[in-house]
Amino acid sequence: MTQHTVASFDNELRDLGRMVMEMGGRAERLVADSVTALMKRDSELAERIIVGDKAIDLLQREIEEAAISMIARRQPMANDLREIISAFRIANDLERIGDLAKNTAKRVLALDSDYRAQKPLRGLEHMSEMALEQLKSVLDAYSAKDDVKAIAVWKRDGDIDAIYTSLFRELLTYMMEDPRRITPCTHLLFAAKNIERIGDHATNIAETVHYLVVGELMADERPKSDTTSLAKISKSR
Amino acid sequence: MNAIAVRAPLTETPNTREKIAIRDLSFFYGNEKSLKNIELTFYERQVSALIGPSGCGKSTLLRILNRIYALYPNQRAEGEIWLDGENILSADQDVNMLRAKVGMVFQKPTPFPMTIYENIAFGVRLYENLSRAEMDDRVQSALTKAALWEEAKDRLNTSALGLSGGQQQRLCIARTIAVKPQVILLDEPTSALDPISTAKVEDLIDELKQDFTIVIVTHNMQQAARVADRTAFLYLGSLIEEGPTTQMFSNPKDRRTLDYVTGRFG
Repeated sequence: MTQHTVASFDNELRDLGRMVMEMGGRAERLVADSVTALMKRDSELAERIIVGDKAIDLLQREIEEAAISMIARRQPMANDLREIISAFRIANDLERIGDLAKNTAKRVLALDSDYRAQKPLRGLEHMSEMALEQLKSVLDAYSAKDDVKAIAVWKRDGDIDAIYTSLFRELLTYMMEDPRRITPCTHLLFAAKNIERIGDHATNIAETVHYLVVGELMADERPKSDTTSLAKISKSR
Repeated sequence: MNAIAVRAPLTETPNTREKIAIRDLSFFYGNEKSLKNIELTFYERQVSALIGPSGCGKSTLLRILNRIYALYPNQRAEGEIWLDGENILSADQDVNMLRAKVGMVFQKPTPFPMTIYENIAFGVRLYENLSRAEMDDRVQSALTKAALWEEAKDRLNTSALGLSGGQQQRLCIARTIAVKPQVILLDEPTSALDPISTAKVEDLIDELKQDFTIVIVTHNMQQAARVADRTAFLYLGSLIEEGPTTQMFSNPKDRRTLDYVTGRFG
């Protein structure tokens, strides 16, 4: 990209992109840690995650302030404007991702039961690996301004939704089999939902990257395979 | 890259009629070709902005639209400019009638050293023979349309040179619209004005497009973005790109347009 005549504008844009990437890196780590904390029932790690989320919130504010100031002072046009709007939007998604990781961490602290649903936990771990891969890919797509990669992330979200749906059914079955499992399984269900939402935010970011690179909003409805809102509990049980 | 720009399809601006159609227009200062095979259309009751770096030919293009260039030696235009189906570059075009139809406002306010009233009446008398009452009406209507009536009504018989720069510029716009043109050409109409006067002129442009087809040359890209329905980008005498203003400033097709509107030029 050719340099701006006003060099300080280039520096500001570069700094903005750097802040978004830093925020993305922190959000990734937080998500990974939250799943580890859940698997290992590591409440110390969970506490650290809750504190770590504050740094993400702080970065979001810094990004918003920088973006607002650039819009006010530079009157950016075309791709510069998109660059700034995208940073704003991605920061918003990353902040939500941080919150979701924090919520999972809080559930680790709440889980006092010894009950371990091995199979759902493995499913959850697998799901979180996929969500993390999505997050990593979409942040790469952002930093490389790679629309093809962003669209690939966008299309893959259905896979996470599908696992979430099967996990939901599985946990429901465990709960029906033994009411004492309701509390831990509900926490796991929320943790799974958090990860599923993280996948959704990754696809939001993919849409933003598409807008950033191409200059047009994503036209299609995004792929959805989370059908749990339609699930019914069979009455015979 | 071909000199002919990527043009957005007409469907993007519905309910518009072609007012001025520029076809294969070239312009020469002596032997120097300063406009190269321009193809461009301006639509009725729309504001079209011409943008581009200094020397790109945007003012030259504007000066051809009412054949002001013909006042200078060694300048000549080739090609066709159709105004309502009439080629204004043809030899039998009456340039005085053309300039009544296509009015122009310049960069610096150019009031005549006369009263405010006479500044407006002067031009009207060249084309029409009005009674005193009719002329009064015409002056009032022109000043009202130019958003100057309230400020000027009590001092119509004082010198126009006593007005502020912004008021003088609006007086020039009033003078232009008093002869009932169809097209108004604005050559950087606010570059000598302060921000408030600039805002008033921009507001006025918004009003005027109800009645007139407006072509504005501006160095201020934000101004083009604010006032124009369509924008054309010229560079080194060629039309690079033309289209709806939003598209030109949010997602232009040509790399050079992008570099220019984002301030990456040169």
